[in-house]
Amino acid sequence: MTEPVIHLQELCKIYRVQEREPGMRAAMRSLFQRKMKDIKAVDGLSFDLARGEMVGFLGPNGAGKTTTLKMLSGLLHPTGGEVKVLGSIPWKRERDYLRQITLVMGQRSQLVWDIPAADSFELNRVIYRLPTADYQSTLKELTDLLDLGPLLKKPVRNLSLGERMKCEIAAALLHRPQVVFLDEPTIGLDVTMQRRIRSFISEYNQRYGATILLTSHYMADVEALSKRVIVIHHGRLLFDGDLAKLVQKFTAHKTIVVQLADCSADLHSYGEVIHCEEGRWTLRVPKDRTARITERLLADLPIIDLLVEDPPIEEVIDQVFTQESA
Amino acid sequence: MTAGSDLRHLFRLYAQQFRTTFASMVQYRASLVIWMISQVLEPLIYLIVWSTVSIGSGGNVGGYTAQGFAAYYLVFMVVNQFTYTWIMWEYEYRVRQGYLSFALLRPVHPIHSDISDNLSSKLITLPIILVVAGIMALIFKPTAAMTLWAGLVFIPALILAFLVRFLVEWTLALAAFWTTRVNAINQVYFVLMLFLAGQIAPLSLFPVWIQTIANILPFRWMLGFPVELLLGKLTSIQALEGLTAQIAWMIVSLVLVRVVWRAGVKVYSAVGG
Repeated sequence: MTEPVIHLQELCKIYRVQEREPGMRAAMRSLFQRKMKDIKAVDGLSFDLARGEMVGFLGPNGAGKTTTLKMLSGLLHPTGGEVKVLGSIPWKRERDYLRQITLVMGQRSQLVWDIPAADSFELNRVIYRLPTADYQSTLKELTDLLDLGPLLKKPVRNLSLGERMKCEIAAALLHRPQVVFLDEPTIGLDVTMQRRIRSFISEYNQRYGATILLTSHYMADVEALSKRVIVIHHGRLLFDGDLAKLVQKFTAHKTIVVQLADCSADLHSYGEVIHCEEGRWTLRVPKDRTARITERLLADLPIIDLLVEDPPIEEVIDQVFTQESA
Repeated sequence: MTAGSDLRHLFRLYAQQFRTTFASMVQYRASLVIWMISQVLEPLIYLIVWSTVSIGSGGNVGGYTAQGFAAYYLVFMVVNQFTYTWIMWEYEYRVRQGYLSFALLRPVHPIHSDISDNLSSKLITLPIILVVAGIMALIFKPTAAMTLWAGLVFIPALILAFLVRFLVEWTLALAAFWTTRVNAINQVYFVLMLFLAGQIAPLSLFPVWIQTIANILPFRWMLGFPVELLLGKLTSIQALEGLTAQIAWMIVSLVLVRVVWRAGVKVYSAVGG
């Protein structure tokens, strides 16, 4: 077995923040006596990623995803535990390490605002010491894959959010990093652009065998990109495994969609009716009784069409978190 | 990597940064003009005030005639242009907006992009300031007792002044790691600068005890000293003492930069950007 590219062992990050009650008196008191409070952002997280894996990293806001990515890339110093990426300790930020990784933050920008992205790219070429021939060929590939041609010569401030994001991603990948951390790369983008970036990430992963860890709020991203997902909540690991297994493990229900002539019938005896629209009924039924209920529906009713589905992944994740906090 | 290839890499980086800075600057021609006006206006006001005072008090204040003040502030304007930085106004923004995170993840120390950005913008603006100074010289007719040796020593003094000022201000800019109220610190700094660098008046017009303080602190060595030197106000001994003080401050500020940078990054990577 080869050594994992990313290795986390009982990783912890505790932020020490000042705590203060509202009001004047508390404000005065805090001048002299500061009450500090520890917040466990990441609390004993362990997982490994093998070379070339592309993994979705999920969790609600404040679960510790960004904190984990920052510890992996080297921006944050862990409070405890072990973290190794490509055999290096990230927070040392050794140059050889930094040349092999990248971090894309959907809400932050590394491009120089007032000049065309092409100029920022050139700066990265020099910073990363890329041989001109390699740089040219990577740039050409990225330009083709992301359709950057017309964007490169416009000042970045004149680009739309989606166009800018494509340039951000290209800038972050010019040095062909082996390990790519993506923090919400598709946030705020329209569906077409999301799909575009998604297919690009997948292409990059296959073409270069890069290891990719990606967080996203959009389940479509995760469904399209990663077979394996890691779910965290309150800084702790909730699930690590196949996306399909996650659905199996955390859902006790399936959805049956039946097409009838209209909505006049009463289907309450079959399962929980979610809604009916133009004769298209959506029912929620216990998973272990799906087969039996389907049989009954087909026998009892003049059915035009019938479909059995897993609930949307958003719902599954939602359920995971509510179960956890209950 | 060998030291030689590191140096070549830095050279390439600086050359590329020049292109980037140049491209950015020409994007904002209007703000460039406004900024030039402010760079010229301040010394111009001091020049007019002190010339008037000088004429009013019999043609001489502390060894400066009206033309002497003209020379002082014209050279001051050029030296200030050569040495000034804007980094202290930028760092808090960088920390807050996350630019610093990207800078930290690049395989090169972030100070290099600031030095090269600063030098590049100087290469572009210095010729303009020199032309302005030339025009002002025609109007105000400055006189000074310049000598060849002082003119030659002026060059290393100017470079050292730039280095000291850059390193000191870069260190101060790092206050942004600890506080979001960097403006208060900047204000204190600029008041000290105003009095102790020879900005509001040449230092020789101040009481001796203030001059003593000015000799100990770095401000004079970042600004006033090269001006006095070029204008022939200093003896060769004073010039040597000045260069020594500059080198000493450069070493001190180099150490400071390293120590404060490490401590700042430690804080940053503890709390996250």
